[in-house]
Amino acid sequence: MTGPLPRILAVLLKEFTQLRRDRITYAMILLMPVMQLLIFGYAINMDPRHLPAAVLSHDTSTLADSVVAALERTGYVDVRYLPRSDEELDQLIRRGQVMLGITIPPDFTRRVLKGERAQILAEADASDPQAAAGALAAVSVLPTEALRNERLGLGPPRSTAPAFEVVVHRRYNPESRSPIHIVPGLLGIILSMTLVMMTAMAVTRERERGTMETLLSTPATPAEIMVGKLTPYVVVGLVQTVVVLGMARWLFSVPMARTPAGWLALACGIVLFIVGNLSLGYLISTVARSQLQAMQMSMFYMLPSIFLSGFAFPFLGLPPWARVLGEIIPVTHFLRIVRGALLKEQVLADMGDDLLALGLFVLAVAGAALARSRTTLD
Amino acid sequence: MNERAIDVRGLNKSFGDRHVVRDVSIAVDTGRITGFLGPNGSGKTTTLRLLCGLLTPDSGEGTVLGLDFRARGDAIKRQTGYMTQKFSLYEDMTLEENLAFVARVHGLEQRRERVEDTLHRLGLFDRRRQLAGALSGGWKQRLALAAATLHSPRLLLLDEPTAGVDPKARREFWDEIHTLAADGLTVLVSTHYMDEAERCHDIGYILYGRLIARGTADALIRDSGLVTFLGEGPGIDRAAHLLAQADGVLSASAFGAAVHVSGLTREALEAALVPWRKEPYRWSEVTPSLEDVFIQLMGRERDERYTS
Ligand SMILES: Nc1ncnc2c1ncn2[C@@H]1O[C@H](COP(=O)(O)OP(=O)(O)OP(=O)(O)O)[C@@H](O)[C@H]1O
Ligand SMILES: [Mg+2]
Repeated sequence: MTGPLPRILAVLLKEFTQLRRDRITYAMILLMPVMQLLIFGYAINMDPRHLPAAVLSHDTSTLADSVVAALERTGYVDVRYLPRSDEELDQLIRRGQVMLGITIPPDFTRRVLKGERAQILAEADASDPQAAAGALAAVSVLPTEALRNERLGLGPPRSTAPAFEVVVHRRYNPESRSPIHIVPGLLGIILSMTLVMMTAMAVTRERERGTMETLLSTPATPAEIMVGKLTPYVVVGLVQTVVVLGMARWLFSVPMARTPAGWLALACGIVLFIVGNLSLGYLISTVARSQLQAMQMSMFYMLPSIFLSGFAFPFLGLPPWARVLGEIIPVTHFLRIVRGALLKEQVLADMGDDLLALGLFVLAVAGAALARSRTTLD
Repeated sequence: MNERAIDVRGLNKSFGDRHVVRDVSIAVDTGRITGFLGPNGSGKTTTLRLLCGLLTPDSGEGTVLGLDFRARGDAIKRQTGYMTQKFSLYEDMTLEENLAFVARVHGLEQRRERVEDTLHRLGLFDRRRQLAGALSGGWKQRLALAAATLHSPRLLLLDEPTAGVDPKARREFWDEIHTLAADGLTVLVSTHYMDEAERCHDIGYILYGRLIARGTADALIRDSGLVTFLGEGPGIDRAAHLLAQADGVLSASAFGAAVHVSGLTREALEAALVPWRKEPYRWSEVTPSLEDVFIQLMGRERDERYTS
């Protein structure tokens, strides 16, 4: 045979041979699209429904009940809480347990019946404008839908005008500016992406280049090696955090924590999150055979971190199975912490669950990484 | 102090179903330089790694530097220098940085002085800011040796330390090894060079994972029972492969214009040489070289392996 064909064939066959040897790469090539399809096909919901809501009713009449019923009929929200006081409702919204809080004033029924101007208050958590839009869609149909049945008993309608109006408050981001939502979240994504990948490569590189043999023949213990390797990246992570927060503040006018307690809460979250990511990278490095594999595994981890954490799409709009997965991912908790501290004036007490989750993640992953690091080459 | 720097028995190691080190028992007296020889893939590197705790043996017991080598790996590592077969210092760090790292990880005092001394001794002081990856192969070996001895270990495990090193540097290297050994350092060094084997106090020969010969070079030659003839004359080197086929000849190989022919019994060897005992060839009996002995050992073990 002549011409370029035999040489092309030679290179082509060599490429296939190498690809076949690299099992993990092979698996990733197949798993990535499967995971992407599952996430985009099933988990992501551009039109989130069944968002959690709370209704605080100061009015005991059945009229208020029909407002709740009408709200649920829309399918956009599920009324999960019936708080008793303004403080309770406020806390539910501030801690992100509900996307929407409805307050029905004490004189609501009386005013409707009298045909006076009746109002209910709808407070949406607009720190995620997309989710807030979903929740507020439910609210917008209330005036025409809520009292349709009740009116029958009141004789002929006095007018075609709605029986009441809804006052909407978009809390935490009244202008629904997307940078206020995206930029704090981006901090979580940037930290994960760089830190997991960098540590995953840092150890794999030693193995790939053979320097691990020298390192292991020294008296350094696995724990010492791990701490020594990760500490510089803690500094890297902190520098990144300062840069991102600075840019958020000065370029995008993202609000910052307003109290020392808020900063303290944020700092705790950031440190735990950085250490968690580094530990995860280290764990990956104990599994990956080559730097390429380490890179692929890090990318693989980023997929759910972006799509199931509440970064790209509202967390509460995800189906339950996706939320369970999301809860395992540290970014999910970090996003709540950073948005909570920056936008919602949360303090440590408000983010106990998320800090605990991050802490457990750090312990579990760092423990696993340490258990997997060997003092030997076998 | 313990007389034996290394005293291990029944060392075994398998990778999957490959039994790579088989029942190796090895004792090395303090202050001795032991050459570790054997063909490629015979298990030299694996044995050295087992001894310095880089691999976990499947079985085996004994002491290294007087410490239980399976339980006290950490303490042993502190007093052992290990030079890997493949260069394994940081190529993206300078010579100085590499040595400083080694000094630090061993917790040495007067780090700066020791690093500078070492650089001077190697003649690398002027190039201390150069990246290790930019060194030529021979210089990398010398740097690696310096790194392995920086913390003044009591035991030095060297895996083919002079591969690719020029003759002058090799001589300097061996002179230094002997100086260190005179001060009580114990050295176990793997090599493929016969001249280096001869510079060791004694030799261990490993084949297919078994330590099959142990002792001084002279003893190994004596115990081999080998008879060797040296043949000279025009074109005799081309007869080597014919001789190798002959009955009674264990090995025949050309050395320049001469040929070494070895066999186990004088009678059989003489008989094989008859066709060549004529002008212009000249034959004389010589002491077998270590190489003759090793080639014989290799052949013997192979036969046993395939017949059993
Ligand atoms: N990590 C490993 N996994 C599987 N097999 C291994 C491993 N390390 C070594 N081996 C096998 O063990 C055998 C002995 O290898 P070893 O490196 O000890 O030989 P060696 O005597 O040092 O050879 P050389 O002279 O070529 O350096 C070889 O067959 C090799 O393929
Ligand atoms: Mg070797």
